Parts: sequence; C-alpha cells; structure tokens
Amino acid sequence: MDQKKAQIDESNVQELYDELAQWHINTGGQTIHAKRMPGKFRTLKWITMSTWLVFFLGPYLRWDGQQAVLFDIPNRQFHLFAITVHPQDVWMLSLVLILMAMVLFGVTAIAGRVFCGYFCFQTIWTDVFTWIEEKIEGLPAQRRKLDKTSLNFDKAKKKIIKHSIWLAISVLTGITFAAYFTDAFQLWVDYFTLQANMVAYIVLGLFILGTYFLAGYLREQTCFWLCPYARIQGVMYDKDTILPTYDAQRGEPRGKLKSNSNTGDCIDCHMCVAVCPTGVDIRQGQQEGCITCGLCIDACDNIMEKIDRPKGLVRYASIKEIRGGHLKPLLKRPRVIVYSSIIIAAFAGVFYGLVNIAAIEWHILHQRQPLYIMMSDGSVQNKYTFKILNKSKEDITARITAQGIEGATLTGIADTLELKADKLVPFNVYVRTNPTQLPEEHTPITFVLQNINQPEMVFKEKSVMVRPPR
Amino acid sequence: MANHNKPEEAPDTGHVWDGIRELTNDPPKWWTVTFYLSLLWVVVYFVLYPSIPLVNGPMTGILGWTSIKEYKAAVEKADNLRAPYVDKLEKMSAQEILADQEMLNFANSYTNAIYGDYCAACHGANGQGAEGRFPSLLDDDWLYGGSVDLIQETVTYGREGMMPAFKGEISDAQIAQLADMVIGLSQGNQGDAASWALYEEAGCGMCHADNAKGDVDAGSANLTDSVWRFGSSRDDVIRTISSGVNQEDVEGTHNAIMPSFEGRLTENDIKLVTVRVWSFGGGQQ
Repeated sequence: MDQKKAQIDESNVQELYDELAQWHINTGGQTIHAKRMPGKFRTLKWITMSTWLVFFLGPYLRWDGQQAVLFDIPNRQFHLFAITVHPQDVWMLSLVLILMAMVLFGVTAIAGRVFCGYFCFQTIWTDVFTWIEEKIEGLPAQRRKLDKTSLNFDKAKKKIIKHSIWLAISVLTGITFAAYFTDAFQLWVDYFTLQANMVAYIVLGLFILGTYFLAGYLREQTCFWLCPYARIQGVMYDKDTILPTYDAQRGEPRGKLKSNSNTGDCIDCHMCVAVCPTGVDIRQGQQEGCITCGLCIDACDNIMEKIDRPKGLVRYASIKEIRGGHLKPLLKRPRVIVYSSIIIAAFAGVFYGLVNIAAIEWHILHQRQPLYIMMSDGSVQNKYTFKILNKSKEDITARITAQGIEGATLTGIADTLELKADKLVPFNVYVRTNPTQLPEEHTPITFVLQNINQPEMVFKEKSVMVRPPR
Repeated sequence: MANHNKPEEAPDTGHVWDGIRELTNDPPKWWTVTFYLSLLWVVVYFVLYPSIPLVNGPMTGILGWTSIKEYKAAVEKADNLRAPYVDKLEKMSAQEILADQEMLNFANSYTNAIYGDYCAACHGANGQGAEGRFPSLLDDDWLYGGSVDLIQETVTYGREGMMPAFKGEISDAQIAQLADMVIGLSQGNQGDAASWALYEEAGCGMCHADNAKGDVDAGSANLTDSVWRFGSSRDDVIRTISSGVNQEDVEGTHNAIMPSFEGRLTENDIKLVTVRVWSFGGGQQ
C-alpha cells in the first residue's frame, strides 16, 4: 500500500492547489465596496427596485372598509381585496406556488437570474444599504480608508448615523411584514405602546436582525453560500440563455491602453470588477457569483465611450451568440414550452378556483355505530352529522331537503337553518323512511341545501341510507 | 478565515497523505461563537428551569415552571373560554336548550365526558344499547315515556321494571301460543280470538293493557310495535314470558335495572344528559 501511494504523481495534486490559488472568491474576509456608475441598467435597476414600494404600502390599502390584504391566521382566513380564501381552498396556494416557481424557472431559462439582479430583496436591500453607506461615508476608496483608520470622533459619528438608518429601515421592514397579518394601523400603535402580541415582537425582532445582518453585513455572501437558487442556476441555463457576457474574442488579449499596441479592446481597467456588487470578474465567464444585474455592462460601456471603441464588450448575450450563432426562437425551445404550459395550467387552475369559491362548504358524515336504527313503527332511521361552513361574509338562511328516496323525512333540525357568517356548525340530522323504499342495503341519497333568500344558490352532497339486510 | 483562500500559507500538523497536507485552521468564527453561546444557554437554562435532581427533589429554577402548572394553566384557560356558555346552559331549561341549535351543539359536546363516564357502559358510546340486555336510546320506543320530563325522571330516580314468570302458571304450549301471537302483533297481524282469550285469562292485559299497547305509567312494553326490549326471536319471546323480568330465584329471568343518578350527578348535569338522550333521535313531545 505504501509503495502504491508513493507512486502518485505529485504534480497532479499540485494542479489542484494551483487552480485553487486562481480562484478568487471572496468568502467574507473582505467587505466589497462597489463603485456606483450611472447607466442604462443602473436606471432599470432603480425602476424594478421601486416595485418593492408596493410591499411597504400594501398593508394600508383598504377595501370595503377592511384591510385589503390580510393574512388573518387566528381566524384562518386570507383576505385579498374582494376575495376571502379559507383553509379549505388552500389547494390554490399550491398552484400559486407552482406558478411562481415556473415563472422563475422560465425567466431563468430565457434571461438568466433576472430575479436576483433586479427584484430579489437581498439584492435590493443590500443596494439601498450600500447607497446609504456611500452617502454617509463617501466613495469606495474613502470607505476603505475609513475602515482602516482607528476610531475617532468623525468615524464614530458616521458609523452611528449609518447604523441608525440601517436599523430604521430594518424596523420598517419588520413592521411592514407583520402588518400583513393583523390590522396595520393598530399594529403601529400597539408596537409603540408596547401592547402588541408577543409573536408580533418576535417577528419584528427576527426581521430587524435578518434585514440588518443580511443586508448590512452578509450581503453578497448570502448569494454565494445561503441562497439555494444560485446553486441550481447551472441546470436552468442553456446555450440560449442570455447573460452578461464578456466578448473574449474582441477583448483578448487584454492590455493597458497604449497608442501602438495590438491588444484587444479590453484595456484591463478593472471597472467591471470595481462596480460588481458581488465582487466577481465577469471576464472569467459565467459563475456562481454573477447575479446578472448588468452593472458591469454600464461600466464597460462608459469606458468604451471614453476610449472611442464600440460599446458592448460586455453585453447581454448567450453563449451561442458570442460564438457567432443565432438565438433559437422562444417557442422552439423545449424548456420554454414546458414551463409555459405548466404556467398556463396553474394559472387556469387558480383562476377557476378564485372565480368558483363556494359560499358554503359542507360535509356529511353518516353515523357508523349503529348504521341504522329500527323505529317502533317498523321504519328505519339513519343519523347524519352535517358539518356546514358558511364561508361568505353574510348570514345565510338555508333549507335542507333529501332527494332520491321516496318518503324520506328529515328530523333533528329546524325547517330553516341560520348559518352564521364565517362559522362551521355541526348539525345532527335524522332521516327516516320505510325500509321498503330502500332497494339496496346502501341506497344513495342526495341532500340539497338551498339558500332561501337566493334560491339559485343550491349545494348538493351525496351520502347513503342504510337498512338491515332482508 | 484568513487562510481559506491561501492554503499554501496555512499552518499544518506536518501530516501529509498523498501530497495532501492536514491544515490546522481555526474553526469558523460563527461556529465558535455559536458553541460558546450554547454553553452560556446551558447556564441560563439551569437557572431558569428545573435541572439537577437533589435529595429533596430537583432544583426548581427561578421561573418555577413545571409541566403540571402548564397543564393547569391550559385547563383554566379552557374553562374560562367555556364559562359563559356553561353559565348560560345552567340557566336554560332542557326545552330551551333543545330549541337553540348553538347551545344544543355545545351541550352535546359538553356532556361527552359525563355520558361516557356514567351512561355509555350500558347504553353504548352512541346510545345504541346492547340488544336484549340494555335498551337502545336511539329509537322512539320508550318504556317509561320519551318526553323531556319523563327522561329526566328516569335518569334522576332510576327504573326497575317487573314481569312475572309464567312458567308453571300456564302450560308451555300456552306460552308458545302467546309468543306466536305477540310476534304476529308486532308484524301487523291482528291475532285470533282464542289467543286474545288466553291473553286475557293469563292476565297479560293487566299490565300490557287490553289492546297490548303497553302502559307508560307501569313501564310495560308495547307488544304491537316492532321494537323488542328483550329480543325479537321466538326463543327470546318464549324466554321472556317463561322467566319474566327481575324475578328473584327464577332461572333465566332478565335483569333490568336502571340506577338512580340523584346525588351522583348534579341536577344540571342530569338536565344536560337528558338533552343529549332526547336529541339522540327518538325524543318525543
């Protein structure tokens, strides 16, 4: 064994180390202070970021005198404008989740990590936090210098202001999230008068901690090591997926700008690295750290303009395009077809579900022991428990009748039932008939629930009536 | 942390296998911090909660938490939730409860335990009884009446019926003739004159009434309906006539005693059990 070990060529192993030495991924040892440069994609990013304002304003919208979007967990209801979703309709939630996952996958297959670069809360909160940092502590170089200086009054002042603003944003984020689960205006009052529920404080605490820590400190490390989406991007891309790509054929060999050199268009100015919020070098190709935000494209285009060379040395392009090929039409890509079919099916399901939310959901339980009761006049009686849930916001007056069995009479409930809004009430119902009316030992019976005030509102449930064997 | 990107500079133990060095980097800082925090939590936990068992019981911890206390608090919480309903039930009469669907539902849930403890052993978990031994509470045939008041009376004071044993009083052939006759009555036949004469001669009508429809005041069974207290087969009926009910020293007699619950259950609980039994499906006005 020892001999065999000795035979292994050490130079093979050395390659591993060499490769690792080239692998400059920041594991959190240094803070990335990215340069901010204006440009097309920077503007686009501000626009997409602003969609998150909806999140902050959402809880204060009113609809019909109620909070428009409210996840009422204690009462097990989800209010979404005019729609109220009960736990019984939860199958729609799974379709919504499928829908969102498929949109994410589909977009990733076509245009890469659009979500990461333009919509992800991690990216956006980090962007806002670093923007604030720049306003207070200055440009990247000044920030690096400030980090190195020992504590003095000026540094302390800047740090305190920065962290206070960060914390304020974290608090706002936490309160906003919690406001979706209870009355938003009351929650503010409760939070500041220390009257809020313990759960509300725990949620707020977790959100402050999460926002402050993730956006303030962990930043791009979240994308590298925490986020599962970054890990599976490789399987969702194909050669037609467009990504910020460095045109190596045009750029290489890179070299400092000199009047009489025959280097490529890349002047090795490192601007693309300096502006990257995750600190990667796009010129190394597609990589885990790239959130496809396009800021390196802005930076490179700026430089190209200055040195009077065509823009687009770094641009959104697929591997195929960079190699001189053409993009496949969208509808000829299997991934697009599969994803969009699932999206359409899920959307159709959710739409059907929301349109057809029934005002009443009821279940009928036939008594098991005993299955039937013989009465003194020779008739047979069955007991049923009706569990009736009125999901609408109004009380319903209903009448229940039985169909399918001649001469079956219902007892145990009043002629008309008062079904209170948002209540599930069990009713014990007895059905009695002459056994000669029951051709089978288990004869089907249909119960019909009709809203007296809206006779077109009819709900039917099937059950059976049991008689002794003849 | 600092050496993760520069393995060639990291310190090692001096051990090398296949050219791979064993490094001695520190564990990650987050791991170390979590480790020390969990050690700190051990101390906090020992101070707050019951921990070390000592000779005179365990250290109780400054929170004084026990699982029994937690249980009792939960029970108290449930009791407080139920209190308004329970108070309301106490003030309502049985008829009022039966007329109020919401309170009826609550009463039927509330009496699950009482019924299970005191009634279900004989009458079954759902009131189905046991054929020939304990009466079903689900049908509409009541020996002592199925109105709310009479059911409440039955539960409060109990019942003990009686039927004499006719074996030896009349011949076996006559017993068989009477059995055939009452089985026929329950199936809608009218019975022949000779049998009715025997019915009267043997004295059956004194309790079961001249028309054989029984008497609620005496607790005697209606012989013309299709519900049988002690079994509907011919052998069952012959045995009932021969050996009677609650007869001392008679072999094969039926024992049928409903105990009194006065004093064992409160008046309110008896009322609620009555509501439950009445709403089993056979209650009468």
